[in-house]
Amino acid sequence: MSERVYQLEVLRYHPETDSEPHFQRYSVSCEEEWVVLDALNRIKETIDPTLSYRWSCHMAVCGSCGMMINGEPMLACKSFLRDYQGVIRVEPLAHFPIERDLVTVIDDFMDKFKRVKPYLIPKHEKPVSEGEYLQSPAQLKKFKQYTMCINCMLCYAACPEYGLIPKFLGPAAISMAHRYNQDSRDGGRDERQEEIATTEGVWECSFVGACSEVCPEHVDPASALQQVKIKSTVDWYKEHLMPWVKK
Amino acid sequence: MAKSNKPIIWGTFAAGGTLSAFVTPVLILLTLLVALGHTPEMLAYARLHAFAAHWFGKLSLFAVISLSLWGAAHRLRITCYDFGIRADTLVATIVYLVAAFGSVAAIVYLSRI
Repeated sequence: MSERVYQLEVLRYHPETDSEPHFQRYSVSCEEEWVVLDALNRIKETIDPTLSYRWSCHMAVCGSCGMMINGEPMLACKSFLRDYQGVIRVEPLAHFPIERDLVTVIDDFMDKFKRVKPYLIPKHEKPVSEGEYLQSPAQLKKFKQYTMCINCMLCYAACPEYGLIPKFLGPAAISMAHRYNQDSRDGGRDERQEEIATTEGVWECSFVGACSEVCPEHVDPASALQQVKIKSTVDWYKEHLMPWVKK
Repeated sequence: MAKSNKPIIWGTFAAGGTLSAFVTPVLILLTLLVALGHTPEMLAYARLHAFAAHWFGKLSLFAVISLSLWGAAHRLRITCYDFGIRADTLVATIVYLVAAFGSVAAIVYLSRI
């Protein structure tokens, strides 16, 4: 293991004292196999204890340390220093208001996430005495990929549509709705469609695909959204051309 | 919130996109082949004319032409938006009118065969 000095340019913003955000340059000695989060931790421990950022697990599970690294939405714990040349620019996630330094205000995402009802709504409530809800491997496979989402919001920072139209429900929330809609134990699709089959829901997506490129868990939100579009289109034709067909 | 009526447009876009992804490359290859003077027997004028004269041939040709047009129109509209041309209503009106005109023209010409 060998140490070398890395240059980090970090966006700083303290709303109590700063009128607007500005960059601050740090030179910090790091091990070559470290990630950007390690560098931030060393800055906070040895140079500047006022630097604020979110992190928790350091292993790409908690989804807390999403930030823009050289302009790309990344998890700081998954971005190796050795993969960058020169000064590494670190900014808070794009498309979110800044609370302080690299900490963003995530209320908008949390609100949208709640709106799609990201939990099982059983088709039939049954008493425990009747046993488990059984599921085959094929039924599990239909949605398992979408359960991998860690709510890191990188897809929101990457999505140009969300940047343009803040009302857009966005990739992670719609993917999570799709995850429950695809679950054989679930019966809540009609309720979720009221949120996601709207203009501000899935139809704001123009399939740029950036969400899937930046997703650290390979959820592929873009695939979920396109599947939702197909299913919502079938719904629309059924509702308007065959209103006598009961869902 | 009300459900969107976008499926009307998106349905033709999805169908047209899928169809042209499969059909267009084949059409380009066949066109090149014919242009280079290698017309397979199957593509001789008389046989293609007979195909276009049959009701099923007319239907297939209309589906390929109109769906490709609607697919391309919607794709162009979104591309314009992504490139920063935000006059969406104007762009949508123009591209969909072209697609509609093409579809009507296809019906007219196919019905004359």
